[in-house]
Amino acid sequence: MEKLRERAAALLADGTVSLVIGFEEGTKRPRPFFCRTSDQASKLIFDSRCFHNLAVYVTKKELVGKEPFAVTAPIATLRSILQLYVENQLKEEQMLILTADPAGELFELRSFDEISAYVANFELKRGEREEEILHKIEGMTREERWQFWLNEMSQCFKCYACRSACPLCYCTKCVVEVNRPQWIHPWPAPLANMEWHINRAMHMVGRCTACGACGEACPVGIPIDLITRKMMEDLAPEFGYIPGLPARQGNALSSWRLDDREQFIR
Amino acid sequence: METKYISKEGLGRWFDAIVASEKRIYAPVKSRGQVDFKQVKSLSEVADEYIQTTQSIKAAVFPKAEILFSYEKVNGKVNLTDFDPNSVPETVLWKVHPCDAAGFRPLSAIFNWDSADKLHNAHLSRTTIVSYGCAIADESCFCTSVNGGPGNLNGSDLQLTMLPDGGAIAEIITARGETLASLCPDAFVADRGDDKSAHLVDLPARFSLEEVQSKLNKAFDSSVWKQQSERCLGCGACAFVCPTCACFDIQEDVHGSKGRRIRCWDACGFSLFTLHTSGHNPREHQSQRWRQRILHKFSYMPERLNVVGCTGCGRCSRACPVDMNILEHITSIAEQ
Ligand code: SF4
Ligand code: SF4
Ligand code: SF4
Ligand code: SF4
Repeated sequence: MEKLRERAAALLADGTVSLVIGFEEGTKRPRPFFCRTSDQASKLIFDSRCFHNLAVYVTKKELVGKEPFAVTAPIATLRSILQLYVENQLKEEQMLILTADPAGELFELRSFDEISAYVANFELKRGEREEEILHKIEGMTREERWQFWLNEMSQCFKCYACRSACPLCYCTKCVVEVNRPQWIHPWPAPLANMEWHINRAMHMVGRCTACGACGEACPVGIPIDLITRKMMEDLAPEFGYIPGLPARQGNALSSWRLDDREQFIR
Repeated sequence: METKYISKEGLGRWFDAIVASEKRIYAPVKSRGQVDFKQVKSLSEVADEYIQTTQSIKAAVFPKAEILFSYEKVNGKVNLTDFDPNSVPETVLWKVHPCDAAGFRPLSAIFNWDSADKLHNAHLSRTTIVSYGCAIADESCFCTSVNGGPGNLNGSDLQLTMLPDGGAIAEIITARGETLASLCPDAFVADRGDDKSAHLVDLPARFSLEEVQSKLNKAFDSSVWKQQSERCLGCGACAFVCPTCACFDIQEDVHGSKGRRIRCWDACGFSLFTLHTSGHNPREHQSQRWRQRILHKFSYMPERLNVVGCTGCGRCSRACPVDMNILEHITSIAEQ
């Protein structure tokens, strides 16, 4: 952590970057922090408690502007950054990644390929919570699953914290806000909630990198990250993807290949 | 106001009498790992040992989505069905925390600012609030800094302060509270002289409201808003869990020749909230929206409606995905 702080301070001091998006101590655990001077770098934290997906900030123009910036990125943030590159949302020359592996060794990554090579060392695994809930859901019949999600979704009050926390929900005009035509009823109600959640799932499938930020953000405790995670887990082997390692080949549901093994597509 | 004692057994009988009176009762219930207000039929369903419900009780008087009126066009003529106040059942809100009860005043002040809000008032006039004094609190609670407290009576019709024997001090505050108590009059016996404050959590004030207000008077152009709000994601979590946030949206649900006009929750933190049809947005940046949230609660409402728009319940701090802790932010403004 000390090495990372020193490096961040040096980058700010010599003007290589004007902003380091990182973590500082919060009231309960570390929280996102925007470090703009080398003096502030002493507040930076980088450890296993750093959960937030900082990739949510790197597409916010009002925050990052046009100047070069650095991100102290845990592995989940890196996976999202790869996906943002795949979707042409980032410029390699503007962003520098600082990260540290579990042994504390510091890495500086400057391109999609460098990040990709680094992330490839880490297999995406279900945590205890994910395993517990998904195991339960996988054991359900189709009808039981529907009832489970119906009950969960009926708690949703459409605060959109899940959307705001997701680095891949960067659209400036979300489908829920389009009102000509109105695709989704904007108020919270059982059917209207399902419309929102099914749309969200469809927009995330094949893109979600299972960071869990959406589920973590939900104030009413809906494990919605597990829907998109499960879809990714199921989809990856079918389309020859490595889960959590977005590749230049594009997203499964929005790209098309001549050598597809399905006949119907040709 | 009258102070009485009610025993554990008396509480059970009184609750049963309320159920028998066919009033709708909302109380905190534990489910899915959270505690929230739900309709209950027995005292045993009511949650114990929690700091705070995730959501406030405001949905009881300001539903998440409510039909203002519905309409149907038949042979060129429009038939309108207005909201019927009598469709709202008599409701008891049970085990409301004092910071939620105190939230009714700012909420009603907004809904009745320039014209009386028929829907809100219909709910409110049919609602009786039984609050419980707080024996526990956490680091997000700050009611004592905003004119409240763990035993504050503002907004409550009747307040119970639980005693070690399972009984409670019962303070009957309003005529509504009296009517509710009269459903089981013999359950309420003479006050035993228990010291209420000994059974409430001790929560020292964290900032001075006057200090905050005087700082805010000069803070409109301050850099503090940008500095504090940089990590804010612009969601609606803080507003939706808040007992006093009253932002709403009006939506149309049309199906062919009939439809409904619906009022639903909205939030000043959303970028869409102030977006004009021209494309202009007077609160274009998150920092402006954060400033609005704080100034509205701590400056505009006290000035114009004579009530602070925050009761110190701490829910927004607990719900925020990025630790925008309101107590920390307000304290730092006060200390600037
Ligand atoms: S887990 Fe949730 S927040 Fe993370 S990428 Fe998937 S949908 Fe977005
Ligand atoms: S964060 Fe939770 S409550 Fe809010 S919109 Fe998403 S699922 Fe619904
Ligand atoms: S602003 Fe936050 S602390 Fe104040 S009443 Fe609303 S939710 Fe509670
Ligand atoms: S303060 Fe937190 S809860 Fe409120 S809008 Fe910002 S991120 Fe969402």
